[in-house]
Amino acid sequence: MFEIGLSHYLSVAAILFTLGVFGIFLNRKNVIIIMMSVELMLLAVNINFVAFSSYLHDLVGQVFAMFILTVAAAEAAIGLAIVVVFFRNRGTIAVEEISQLKG
Amino acid sequence: MIKTLDLVPVLPELFVAVAGLALLMLGVFRKEDNTKPISVLVILVLAAAMVLVSSLGSERHVAFGGLFVADRFAGFAKALVLLASAFATAMSLQFLEKEKIGRFEYPVLVLFATLGMMMMISANDFMSLYLGLELQSLSLYVLAAFQRDSLKSTEAGLKYFVLGALASGMLLYGVSLLYGFAGTTSFEGLAKVFAAGHEHGVKPSLGIVAGLVFVLAGLSFKISAVPFHMWAPDVYEGAPTPVTAFFAVAPKIAALCLLIRVMTGPFGDLIEQWRQVVSFIAVASMFIGAFAAVAQTNIKRLMAYSSIGHVGFILVGVAAGSNLGIQGVLIYLAIYLFMNVGTFAVILSMRQKGRMVEGIADLAGLSKTNPVMAFVMAVLMFSMAGIPPLAGFWGKFYVFMAAIEAHLYTLAILGVLSSVVGTFYYLRIIKIMYFDEPAEALDRPVGQSLALVMAVSTLVVLAFTFLPAPLVTGAKAAASVLFPAAG
Repeated sequence: MFEIGLSHYLSVAAILFTLGVFGIFLNRKNVIIIMMSVELMLLAVNINFVAFSSYLHDLVGQVFAMFILTVAAAEAAIGLAIVVVFFRNRGTIAVEEISQLKG
Repeated sequence: MIKTLDLVPVLPELFVAVAGLALLMLGVFRKEDNTKPISVLVILVLAAAMVLVSSLGSERHVAFGGLFVADRFAGFAKALVLLASAFATAMSLQFLEKEKIGRFEYPVLVLFATLGMMMMISANDFMSLYLGLELQSLSLYVLAAFQRDSLKSTEAGLKYFVLGALASGMLLYGVSLLYGFAGTTSFEGLAKVFAAGHEHGVKPSLGIVAGLVFVLAGLSFKISAVPFHMWAPDVYEGAPTPVTAFFAVAPKIAALCLLIRVMTGPFGDLIEQWRQVVSFIAVASMFIGAFAAVAQTNIKRLMAYSSIGHVGFILVGVAAGSNLGIQGVLIYLAIYLFMNVGTFAVILSMRQKGRMVEGIADLAGLSKTNPVMAFVMAVLMFSMAGIPPLAGFWGKFYVFMAAIEAHLYTLAILGVLSSVVGTFYYLRIIKIMYFDEPAEALDRPVGQSLALVMAVSTLVVLAFTFLPAPLVTGAKAAASVLFPAAG
Protein backbone atom coordinates (compact mmCIF):
# COMPACT_ATOMS: atom_id res chain seq x y z
CA MET A 1 0.00 0.00 0.00
CA PHE A 2 1.22 3.51 -0.79
CA GLU A 3 1.80 5.44 2.41
CA ILE A 4 1.99 9.18 2.93
CA GLY A 5 5.09 9.99 4.97
CA LEU A 6 7.09 12.97 6.09
CA SER A 7 8.76 13.47 2.72
CA HIS A 8 5.42 13.91 0.98
CA TYR A 9 4.39 16.63 3.37
CA LEU A 10 7.75 18.34 2.94
CA SER A 11 7.44 18.14 -0.83
CA VAL A 12 3.99 19.70 -0.78
CA ALA A 13 5.24 22.46 1.51
CA ALA A 14 8.27 23.09 -0.67
CA ILE A 15 6.07 23.31 -3.78
CA LEU A 16 3.65 25.70 -2.07
CA PHE A 17 6.51 27.84 -0.81
CA THR A 18 8.07 28.04 -4.26
CA LEU A 19 4.69 28.96 -5.75
CA GLY A 20 4.39 31.72 -3.16
CA VAL A 21 7.82 33.14 -3.93
CA PHE A 22 7.21 33.01 -7.67
CA GLY A 23 3.80 34.55 -7.17
CA ILE A 24 5.45 37.58 -5.64
CA PHE A 25 8.11 38.00 -8.29
CA LEU A 26 6.38 36.96 -11.49
CA ASN A 27 2.98 38.46 -10.81
CA ARG A 28 2.47 41.63 -12.89
CA LYS A 29 -1.17 42.20 -12.19
CA ASN A 30 -2.45 42.92 -8.75
CA VAL A 31 -1.19 43.60 -5.27
CA ILE A 32 -3.89 41.37 -3.79
CA ILE A 33 -2.29 38.41 -5.57
CA ILE A 34 1.00 39.29 -3.89
CA MET A 35 -0.73 39.21 -0.52
CA MET A 36 -2.19 35.82 -1.36
CA SER A 37 1.28 34.60 -2.29
CA VAL A 38 2.67 35.79 1.04
CA GLU A 39 -0.10 33.89 2.80
CA LEU A 40 0.72 30.81 0.73
CA MET A 41 4.35 30.98 1.87
CA LEU A 42 3.36 31.18 5.51
CA LEU A 43 0.97 28.27 5.16
CA ALA A 44 3.68 26.20 3.50
CA VAL A 45 5.85 26.88 6.52
CA ASN A 46 2.99 25.79 8.76
CA ILE A 47 2.68 22.49 6.91
CA ASN A 48 6.41 21.99 7.45
CA PHE A 49 6.14 22.72 11.14
CA VAL A 50 3.16 20.49 11.77
CA ALA A 51 4.63 17.63 9.73
CA PHE A 52 7.92 17.81 11.61
CA SER A 53 6.09 18.18 14.91
CA SER A 54 4.16 14.99 14.31
CA TYR A 55 7.25 13.20 13.02
CA LEU A 56 9.39 14.21 16.00
CA HIS A 57 6.58 13.73 18.57
CA ASP A 58 7.38 17.22 19.81
CA LEU A 59 4.76 19.90 20.44
CA VAL A 60 6.96 22.94 19.82
CA GLY A 61 6.28 22.84 16.10
CA GLN A 62 2.54 23.04 16.58
CA VAL A 63 2.86 25.90 19.03
CA PHE A 64 5.02 27.70 16.51
CA ALA A 65 2.40 27.09 13.82
CA MET A 66 -0.25 28.70 16.06
CA PHE A 67 1.92 31.78 16.50
CA ILE A 68 2.52 31.98 12.76
CA LEU A 69 -1.24 31.83 12.10
CA THR A 70 -1.85 34.65 14.56
CA VAL A 71 0.89 36.86 13.21
CA ALA A 72 -0.17 36.14 9.62
CA ALA A 73 -3.64 37.46 10.44
CA ALA A 74 -2.20 40.68 11.87
CA GLU A 75 0.12 40.99 8.90
CA ALA A 76 -2.74 40.57 6.42
CA ALA A 77 -4.75 43.25 8.24
CA ILE A 78 -1.90 45.75 8.10
CA GLY A 79 -1.09 44.86 4.51
CA LEU A 80 -4.68 45.43 3.40
CA ALA A 81 -4.78 48.74 5.27
CA ILE A 82 -1.66 49.90 3.45
CA VAL A 83 -3.14 48.75 0.13
CA VAL A 84 -6.27 50.80 0.87
CA VAL A 85 -4.35 54.03 1.56
CA PHE A 86 -2.27 53.41 -1.54
CA PHE A 87 -5.41 52.93 -3.60
CA ARG A 88 -6.83 56.21 -2.31
CA ASN A 89 -3.75 58.06 -3.51
CA ARG A 90 -3.13 56.28 -6.77
CA GLY A 91 -6.56 55.08 -7.84
CA THR A 92 -5.25 51.65 -8.81
CA ILE A 93 -3.45 48.71 -7.26
CA ALA A 94 -1.93 47.28 -10.43
CA VAL A 95 1.64 46.21 -9.74
CA GLU A 96 2.96 48.08 -12.78
CA GLU A 97 1.62 51.34 -11.38
CA ILE A 98 3.69 51.10 -8.19
CA SER A 99 6.50 52.99 -9.78
CA GLN A 100 6.83 56.43 -8.24
CA LEU A 101 10.07 55.43 -6.56
CA LYS A 102 12.64 54.12 -8.98
CA GLY A 103 14.81 51.35 -7.72
CA MET B 1 4.99 27.51 36.33
CA ILE B 2 6.09 31.14 36.36
CA LYS B 3 7.97 32.14 39.45
CA THR B 4 8.18 35.81 40.34
CA LEU B 5 11.92 35.67 39.91
CA ASP B 6 11.37 34.70 36.30
CA LEU B 7 9.90 38.10 35.45
CA VAL B 8 12.76 40.29 36.66
CA PRO B 9 14.90 40.06 33.51
CA VAL B 10 11.88 40.95 31.39
CA LEU B 11 11.12 44.07 33.42
CA PRO B 12 12.28 46.62 30.81
CA GLU B 13 10.17 44.96 28.11
CA LEU B 14 7.15 44.66 30.38
CA PHE B 15 7.49 48.31 31.32
CA VAL B 16 7.71 49.43 27.70
CA ALA B 17 4.73 47.26 26.74
CA VAL B 18 2.51 48.55 29.53
CA ALA B 19 3.61 52.13 28.94
CA GLY B 20 2.84 51.76 25.23
CA LEU B 21 -0.69 50.54 25.97
CA ALA B 22 -1.23 53.30 28.52
CA LEU B 23 -0.04 56.00 26.13
CA LEU B 24 -2.29 54.60 23.41
CA MET B 25 -5.25 54.91 25.79
CA LEU B 26 -4.19 58.40 26.78
CA GLY B 27 -4.02 59.43 23.14
CA VAL B 28 -7.44 58.03 22.36
CA PHE B 29 -9.27 59.47 25.34
CA ARG B 30 -7.77 62.94 25.45
CA LYS B 31 -9.67 65.05 22.99
CA GLU B 32 -7.19 67.75 21.94
CA ASP B 33 -4.13 67.27 19.73
CA ASN B 34 -1.55 65.59 21.90
CA THR B 35 1.24 64.40 19.65
CA LYS B 36 3.79 66.53 21.44
CA PRO B 37 3.07 65.54 25.05
CA ILE B 38 2.89 61.87 24.07
CA SER B 39 6.17 62.13 22.18
CA VAL B 40 7.78 63.63 25.28
CA LEU B 41 6.29 60.83 27.39
CA VAL B 42 7.61 58.24 24.95
CA ILE B 43 11.11 59.69 25.28
CA LEU B 44 10.76 59.52 29.07
CA VAL B 45 9.59 55.90 28.85
CA LEU B 46 12.60 55.05 26.69
CA ALA B 47 14.91 56.73 29.19
CA ALA B 48 13.30 54.83 32.07
CA ALA B 49 13.65 51.59 30.12
CA MET B 50 17.32 52.37 29.66
CA VAL B 51 17.69 52.75 33.44
CA LEU B 52 15.89 49.43 33.94
CA VAL B 53 18.11 47.70 31.39
CA SER B 54 21.27 48.97 33.03
CA SER B 55 20.02 48.07 36.51
CA LEU B 56 19.78 44.39 35.56
CA GLY B 57 23.46 43.93 36.21
CA SER B 58 25.91 41.83 34.34
CA GLU B 59 24.85 38.24 35.08
CA ARG B 60 23.04 36.21 32.50
CA HIS B 61 19.33 35.80 33.23
CA VAL B 62 17.06 33.44 31.36
CA ALA B 63 13.30 33.81 31.53
CA PHE B 64 10.12 32.25 30.12
CA GLY B 65 11.48 28.75 30.08
CA GLY B 66 14.55 29.62 28.03
CA LEU B 67 12.77 31.75 25.44
CA PHE B 68 14.26 34.99 26.66
CA VAL B 69 17.77 35.89 27.70
CA ALA B 70 19.11 39.06 29.28
CA ASP B 71 22.88 39.34 29.36
CA ARG B 72 25.50 42.03 28.84
CA PHE B 73 25.32 41.74 25.09
CA ALA B 74 21.56 42.28 25.21
CA GLY B 75 22.04 45.18 27.63
CA PHE B 76 24.52 46.92 25.35
CA ALA B 77 22.41 46.40 22.25
CA LYS B 78 19.22 47.51 24.00
CA ALA B 79 20.90 50.68 25.22
CA LEU B 80 21.83 51.50 21.62
CA VAL B 81 18.33 50.77 20.34
CA LEU B 82 16.64 52.79 23.08
CA LEU B 83 18.98 55.69 22.42
CA ALA B 84 18.27 55.52 18.69
CA SER B 85 14.51 55.46 19.23
CA ALA B 86 14.67 58.37 21.66
CA PHE B 87 16.70 60.42 19.16
CA ALA B 88 14.33 59.53 16.34
CA THR B 89 11.29 60.54 18.39
CA ALA B 90 12.90 63.83 19.39
CA MET B 91 13.76 64.58 15.78
CA SER B 92 10.25 63.88 14.55
CA LEU B 93 8.47 66.50 16.69
CA GLN B 94 9.01 69.49 14.44
CA PHE B 95 8.50 67.55 11.22
CA LEU B 96 5.16 66.11 12.25
CA GLU B 97 3.92 69.54 13.22
CA LYS B 98 5.08 71.29 10.06
CA GLU B 99 3.87 68.61 7.67
CA LYS B 100 0.55 68.43 9.54
CA ILE B 101 0.71 64.70 10.07
CA GLY B 102 0.95 65.00 13.84
CA ARG B 103 -1.06 62.11 15.18
CA PHE B 104 -0.36 60.55 18.53
CA GLU B 105 -0.05 57.08 16.98
CA TYR B 106 3.34 58.00 15.64
CA PRO B 107 5.33 58.02 18.90
CA VAL B 108 3.33 55.04 20.18
CA LEU B 109 4.22 53.04 17.06
CA VAL B 110 7.86 53.95 17.56
CA LEU B 111 7.56 52.65 21.11
CA PHE B 112 6.01 49.35 20.00
CA ALA B 113 8.65 48.94 17.31
CA THR B 114 11.28 49.48 20.00
CA LEU B 115 9.63 46.84 22.15
CA GLY B 116 9.85 44.45 19.21
CA MET B 117 13.53 45.24 18.81
CA MET B 118 14.21 44.62 22.48
CA MET B 119 12.49 41.25 22.16
CA MET B 120 14.60 40.43 19.11
CA ILE B 121 17.82 41.29 20.89
CA SER B 122 16.89 39.15 23.88
CA ALA B 123 15.52 36.23 21.88
CA ASN B 124 16.93 32.87 22.89
CA ASP B 125 14.67 30.74 20.73
CA PHE B 126 13.48 31.07 17.17
CA MET B 127 9.93 31.44 18.41
CA SER B 128 10.62 34.56 20.45
CA LEU B 129 12.89 35.80 17.67
CA TYR B 130 10.03 35.57 15.19
CA LEU B 131 7.52 37.29 17.47
CA GLY B 132 9.90 40.14 18.26
CA LEU B 133 10.80 40.55 14.61
CA GLU B 134 7.16 40.70 13.57
CA LEU B 135 6.19 43.17 16.29
CA GLN B 136 8.96 45.40 15.03
CA SER B 137 8.22 44.89 11.33
CA LEU B 138 4.46 45.41 11.60
CA SER B 139 4.99 48.72 13.41
CA LEU B 140 7.55 49.78 10.84
CA TYR B 141 5.26 49.02 7.86
CA VAL B 142 2.69 51.38 9.32
CA LEU B 143 5.30 54.03 10.10
CA ALA B 144 6.61 53.96 6.52
CA ALA B 145 3.12 54.67 5.20
CA PHE B 146 2.40 57.19 7.94
CA GLN B 147 2.03 60.20 5.64
CA ARG B 148 -1.13 58.71 4.25
CA ASP B 149 -1.96 61.52 1.82
CA SER B 150 1.38 61.19 0.14
CA LEU B 151 1.70 58.79 -2.77
CA LYS B 152 5.40 58.31 -2.13
CA SER B 153 4.95 57.44 1.51
CA THR B 154 2.17 54.92 0.92
CA GLU B 155 4.11 53.38 -1.92
CA ALA B 156 7.13 53.05 0.35
CA GLY B 157 4.92 51.38 2.95
CA LEU B 158 3.52 48.97 0.37
CA LYS B 159 6.94 48.02 -0.97
CA TYR B 160 8.35 47.60 2.50
CA PHE B 161 5.40 45.46 3.49
CA VAL B 162 5.63 43.10 0.51
CA LEU B 163 9.38 42.59 0.72
CA GLY B 164 9.35 42.45 4.51
CA ALA B 165 6.66 39.75 4.44
CA LEU B 166 8.69 37.83 1.86
CA ALA B 167 11.73 38.05 4.15
CA SER B 168 9.72 36.82 7.13
CA GLY B 169 8.49 33.92 5.02
CA MET B 170 12.03 32.93 4.04
CA LEU B 171 13.22 33.20 7.63
CA LEU B 172 10.35 31.03 8.81
CA TYR B 173 10.94 28.42 6.13
CA GLY B 174 14.54 28.23 7.28
CA VAL B 175 13.47 27.91 10.89
CA SER B 176 11.05 25.11 10.01
CA LEU B 177 13.85 23.18 8.29
CA LEU B 178 16.17 23.70 11.25
CA TYR B 179 13.43 22.54 13.58
CA GLY B 180 12.84 19.42 11.52
CA PHE B 181 16.46 18.43 11.11
CA ALA B 182 17.77 19.42 14.54
CA GLY B 183 14.61 18.75 16.55
CA THR B 184 14.48 22.00 18.47
CA THR B 185 14.07 25.74 17.98
CA SER B 186 15.91 26.82 21.10
CA PHE B 187 19.30 28.46 20.56
CA GLU B 188 20.92 26.43 23.31
CA GLY B 189 19.43 23.19 22.01
CA LEU B 190 20.59 23.91 18.48
CA ALA B 191 24.05 24.85 19.72
CA LYS B 192 24.25 21.53 21.56
CA VAL B 193 23.20 19.53 18.49
CA PHE B 194 25.68 21.29 16.22
CA ALA B 195 28.49 21.11 18.78
CA ALA B 196 27.98 17.34 19.06
CA GLY B 197 28.09 17.03 15.26
CA HIS B 198 31.20 19.21 15.12
CA GLU B 199 32.96 17.07 17.71
CA HIS B 200 32.36 13.86 15.82
CA GLY B 201 33.40 15.47 12.58
CA VAL B 202 29.97 14.91 11.04
CA LYS B 203 29.09 17.31 8.24
CA PRO B 204 25.73 19.01 8.94
CA SER B 205 22.95 17.58 6.79
CA LEU B 206 21.63 19.32 3.71
CA GLY B 207 18.46 20.30 5.56
CA ILE B 208 20.43 22.14 8.23
CA VAL B 209 22.54 24.00 5.67
CA ALA B 210 19.44 24.92 3.65
CA GLY B 211 17.75 26.14 6.82
CA LEU B 212 20.80 28.18 7.74
CA VAL B 213 20.87 29.81 4.32
CA PHE B 214 17.17 30.64 4.44
CA VAL B 215 17.54 32.18 7.91
CA LEU B 216 20.54 34.17 6.73
CA ALA B 217 18.61 35.38 3.68
CA GLY B 218 15.67 36.47 5.81
CA LEU B 219 17.88 38.36 8.21
CA SER B 220 19.86 39.94 5.34
CA PHE B 221 16.58 41.42 4.12
CA LYS B 222 16.02 43.04 7.48
CA ILE B 223 19.48 44.60 7.57
CA SER B 224 19.22 45.49 3.84
CA ALA B 225 22.40 43.68 2.86
CA VAL B 226 23.09 42.95 -0.81
CA PRO B 227 21.54 40.99 -2.60
CA PHE B 228 18.44 41.69 -0.52
CA HIS B 229 18.81 45.46 -0.44
CA MET B 230 16.51 46.56 -3.24
CA TRP B 231 13.77 47.78 -0.94
CA ALA B 232 16.01 50.11 1.05
CA PRO B 233 16.54 53.04 -1.36
CA ASP B 234 12.85 53.18 -2.28
CA VAL B 235 11.63 52.96 1.28
CA TYR B 236 14.19 55.45 2.56
CA GLU B 237 13.24 57.93 -0.14
CA GLY B 238 9.49 57.51 0.14
CA ALA B 239 9.01 57.32 3.89
CA PRO B 240 8.63 60.56 5.87
CA THR B 241 12.13 61.78 6.78
CA PRO B 242 11.98 61.18 10.56
CA VAL B 243 10.80 57.65 9.83
CA THR B 244 13.76 57.21 7.49
CA ALA B 245 16.04 58.43 10.27
CA PHE B 246 14.50 55.84 12.57
CA PHE B 247 14.80 53.07 9.93
CA ALA B 248 18.43 53.86 9.35
CA VAL B 249 19.43 53.30 12.94
CA ALA B 250 17.22 51.40 15.39
CA PRO B 251 15.93 48.44 13.31
CA LYS B 252 19.32 48.01 11.72
CA ILE B 253 21.11 47.86 15.05
CA ALA B 254 18.53 45.44 16.44
CA ALA B 255 18.62 43.16 13.39
CA LEU B 256 22.41 43.11 13.32
CA CYS B 257 22.59 42.23 17.01
CA LEU B 258 20.05 39.50 16.33
CA LEU B 259 22.16 38.24 13.44
CA ILE B 260 25.22 38.20 15.68
CA ARG B 261 23.44 36.27 18.38
CA VAL B 262 22.10 33.70 15.94
CA MET B 263 25.39 33.27 14.11
CA THR B 264 27.65 33.05 17.15
CA GLY B 265 25.17 31.20 19.38
CA PRO B 266 23.38 28.27 17.73
CA PHE B 267 25.47 28.39 14.54
CA GLY B 268 28.79 29.05 16.26
CA ASP B 269 30.08 25.60 15.33
CA LEU B 270 28.87 25.90 11.76
CA ILE B 271 31.12 28.88 11.07
CA GLU B 272 32.76 27.06 8.15
CA GLN B 273 29.33 26.88 6.54
CA TRP B 274 28.25 30.48 7.00
CA ARG B 275 31.50 32.41 6.87
CA GLN B 276 31.70 32.29 3.08
CA VAL B 277 28.10 33.39 2.70
CA VAL B 278 28.51 36.27 5.14
CA SER B 279 31.80 37.30 3.52
CA PHE B 280 30.15 37.36 0.12
CA ILE B 281 27.24 39.44 1.44
CA ALA B 282 29.69 41.80 3.13
CA VAL B 283 31.77 42.37 -0.01
CA ALA B 284 28.70 42.79 -2.22
CA SER B 285 27.13 45.26 0.24
CA MET B 286 30.29 47.32 0.54
CA PHE B 287 30.71 47.63 -3.21
CA ILE B 288 27.07 48.17 -4.17
CA GLY B 289 26.79 50.70 -1.35
CA ALA B 290 29.84 52.56 -2.60
CA PHE B 291 29.21 52.49 -6.34
CA ALA B 292 25.45 52.98 -6.44
CA ALA B 293 25.63 55.95 -4.08
CA VAL B 294 27.83 57.89 -6.49
CA ALA B 295 25.02 58.52 -8.95
CA GLN B 296 22.36 59.62 -6.44
CA THR B 297 20.85 63.09 -6.38
CA ASN B 298 18.40 62.58 -3.53
CA ILE B 299 20.08 62.71 -0.16
CA LYS B 300 17.74 60.18 1.48
CA ARG B 301 18.48 57.72 -1.29
CA LEU B 302 22.16 58.41 -0.84
CA MET B 303 21.83 57.64 2.86
CA ALA B 304 20.17 54.34 1.96
CA TYR B 305 23.18 53.29 -0.11
CA SER B 306 25.51 54.64 2.53
CA SER B 307 23.82 52.47 5.14
CA ILE B 308 24.03 49.44 2.83
CA GLY B 309 27.76 50.09 2.64
CA HIS B 310 28.03 50.40 6.42
CA VAL B 311 26.19 47.10 6.84
CA GLY B 312 28.84 45.58 4.58
CA PHE B 313 31.62 46.85 6.83
CA ILE B 314 29.81 45.60 9.91
CA LEU B 315 29.39 42.16 8.33
CA VAL B 316 33.16 42.00 7.89
CA GLY B 317 33.36 41.95 11.67
CA VAL B 318 30.63 39.32 11.85
CA ALA B 319 32.45 37.16 9.30
CA ALA B 320 35.51 37.22 11.52
CA GLY B 321 33.26 35.45 14.03
CA SER B 322 35.66 36.13 16.88
CA ASN B 323 35.44 37.97 20.14
CA LEU B 324 37.41 40.84 18.61
CA GLY B 325 35.16 40.92 15.56
CA ILE B 326 31.96 41.21 17.57
CA GLN B 327 33.54 43.83 19.79
CA GLY B 328 34.42 45.80 16.66
CA VAL B 329 30.90 45.40 15.34
CA LEU B 330 29.38 46.75 18.55
CA ILE B 331 31.71 49.75 18.53
CA TYR B 332 30.92 50.31 14.87
CA LEU B 333 27.18 50.14 15.58
CA ALA B 334 27.41 52.72 18.36
CA ILE B 335 29.40 55.10 16.16
CA TYR B 336 27.09 54.43 13.21
CA LEU B 337 24.15 55.38 15.43
CA PHE B 338 25.56 58.80 16.24
CA MET B 339 26.78 59.54 12.72
CA ASN B 340 23.44 58.67 11.18
CA VAL B 341 21.33 60.45 13.75
CA GLY B 342 23.40 63.60 13.27
CA THR B 343 23.22 63.43 9.49
CA PHE B 344 19.47 62.95 9.56
CA ALA B 345 19.11 65.91 11.90
CA VAL B 346 20.81 67.97 9.18
CA ILE B 347 18.58 66.44 6.48
CA LEU B 348 15.50 67.19 8.58
CA SER B 349 16.48 70.84 8.80
CA MET B 350 16.76 71.15 5.03
CA ARG B 351 13.80 73.40 4.35
CA GLN B 352 13.38 76.20 1.88
CA LYS B 353 10.49 78.57 2.63
CA GLY B 354 8.98 75.99 4.97
CA ARG B 355 9.03 73.20 2.39
CA MET B 356 11.21 70.08 2.81
CA VAL B 357 13.90 69.68 0.17
CA GLU B 358 15.84 66.47 -0.38
CA GLY B 359 18.22 67.15 -3.24
CA ILE B 360 21.94 67.02 -2.58
CA ALA B 361 22.23 70.15 -4.74
CA ASP B 362 20.06 72.02 -2.25
CA LEU B 363 23.00 71.98 0.14
CA ALA B 364 25.06 74.13 -2.25
CA GLY B 365 26.88 76.96 -0.53
CA LEU B 366 25.71 75.91 2.91
CA SER B 367 29.04 77.02 4.35
CA LYS B 368 28.09 80.61 3.56
CA THR B 369 24.42 80.53 4.46
CA ASN B 370 24.70 78.39 7.61
CA PRO B 371 28.32 77.76 8.56
CA VAL B 372 27.56 75.85 11.76
CA MET B 373 25.35 73.31 10.04
CA ALA B 374 27.85 72.99 7.20
CA PHE B 375 30.56 72.24 9.75
CA VAL B 376 28.40 69.61 11.48
CA MET B 377 27.60 67.96 8.17
CA ALA B 378 31.26 68.07 7.11
CA VAL B 379 32.40 66.42 10.34
CA LEU B 380 29.78 63.70 9.97
CA MET B 381 30.60 63.08 6.31
CA PHE B 382 34.34 62.85 7.05
CA SER B 383 33.53 60.44 9.85
CA MET B 384 31.31 58.29 7.60
CA ALA B 385 34.06 58.19 5.01
CA GLY B 386 36.34 56.90 7.74
CA ILE B 387 38.88 59.70 7.88
CA PRO B 388 40.98 59.73 11.05
CA PRO B 389 40.85 61.07 13.73
CA LEU B 390 37.03 60.98 13.61
CA ALA B 391 34.98 58.19 15.16
CA GLY B 392 34.01 56.55 11.86
CA PHE B 393 37.65 55.67 11.24
CA TRP B 394 37.86 53.69 14.46
CA GLY B 395 34.72 51.75 13.66
CA LYS B 396 36.26 50.57 10.39
CA PHE B 397 39.65 50.06 12.04
CA TYR B 398 38.25 47.63 14.63
CA VAL B 399 36.33 45.48 12.14
CA PHE B 400 39.21 45.31 9.66
CA MET B 401 41.66 44.44 12.44
CA ALA B 402 39.36 41.61 13.47
CA ALA B 403 39.18 40.39 9.87
CA ILE B 404 42.97 40.38 9.60
CA GLU B 405 43.29 38.53 12.89
CA ALA B 406 40.89 35.90 11.55
CA HIS B 407 43.11 35.60 8.42
CA LEU B 408 40.42 37.06 6.16
CA TYR B 409 42.94 39.18 4.25
CA THR B 410 40.99 39.39 0.99
CA LEU B 411 37.94 40.59 2.86
CA ALA B 412 39.90 43.31 4.67
CA ILE B 413 41.61 44.50 1.48
CA LEU B 414 38.34 44.62 -0.47
CA GLY B 415 36.79 46.50 2.46
CA VAL B 416 39.48 49.16 2.42
CA LEU B 417 39.18 49.50 -1.36
CA SER B 418 35.42 49.99 -1.26
CA SER B 419 35.88 52.44 1.59
CA VAL B 420 38.07 54.52 -0.72
CA VAL B 421 35.36 54.51 -3.38
CA GLY B 422 32.80 55.46 -0.73
CA THR B 423 34.90 58.43 0.29
CA PHE B 424 34.17 59.96 -3.10
CA TYR B 425 30.49 60.62 -2.53
CA TYR B 426 30.90 61.77 1.04
CA LEU B 427 33.53 64.25 -0.10
CA ARG B 428 31.25 65.35 -2.95
CA ILE B 429 28.70 66.52 -0.38
CA ILE B 430 31.40 68.51 1.40
CA LYS B 431 32.53 69.98 -1.91
CA ILE B 432 28.96 71.01 -2.73
CA MET B 433 28.56 72.65 0.66
CA TYR B 434 31.87 74.50 0.67
CA PHE B 435 32.80 75.25 -2.93
CA ASP B 436 29.57 75.54 -4.91
CA GLU B 437 27.73 78.79 -5.41
CA PRO B 438 25.02 79.22 -2.78
CA ALA B 439 21.61 78.09 -3.92
CA GLU B 440 18.51 79.27 -2.14
CA ALA B 441 19.37 79.50 1.55
CA LEU B 442 17.91 76.95 3.92
CA ASP B 443 15.42 78.17 6.53
CA ARG B 444 16.68 79.31 9.91
CA PRO B 445 16.58 78.81 12.77
CA VAL B 446 16.84 75.05 12.96
CA GLY B 447 14.49 73.61 15.59
CA GLN B 448 15.75 73.14 19.15
CA SER B 449 15.58 69.37 19.27
CA LEU B 450 17.33 69.05 15.90
CA ALA B 451 20.09 71.41 17.00
CA LEU B 452 20.53 69.40 20.18
CA VAL B 453 20.79 66.11 18.28
CA MET B 454 23.31 67.63 15.88
CA ALA B 455 25.40 68.97 18.74
CA VAL B 456 25.40 65.68 20.66
CA SER B 457 26.28 63.54 17.65
CA THR B 458 29.02 65.85 16.45
CA LEU B 459 30.53 65.93 19.94
CA VAL B 460 30.52 62.14 20.17
CA VAL B 461 32.07 61.80 16.72
CA LEU B 462 34.79 64.31 17.58
CA ALA B 463 35.44 63.13 21.13
CA PHE B 464 35.59 59.38 20.56
CA THR B 465 39.26 59.43 19.55
CA PHE B 466 40.23 61.09 22.82
CA LEU B 467 37.83 59.24 25.07
CA PRO B 468 37.20 55.80 23.60
CA ALA B 469 37.36 53.93 26.90
CA PRO B 470 33.67 53.83 27.97
CA LEU B 471 32.43 52.53 24.63
CA VAL B 472 35.31 50.13 24.03
CA THR B 473 35.14 48.52 27.47
CA GLY B 474 31.35 48.28 27.22
CA ALA B 475 31.58 46.60 23.82
CA LYS B 476 34.32 44.29 25.04
CA ALA B 477 32.27 43.14 28.03
CA ALA B 478 29.22 42.69 25.80
CA ALA B 479 31.07 40.69 23.15
CA SER B 480 32.80 38.41 25.65
CA VAL B 481 29.40 37.07 26.77
CA LEU B 482 28.95 35.43 23.38
CA PHE B 483 32.28 33.61 23.59
CA PRO B 484 32.34 32.07 27.05
CA ALA B 485 35.18 29.71 26.16
CA ALA B 486 37.53 32.52 25.19
CA GLY B 487 36.77 34.21 28.50
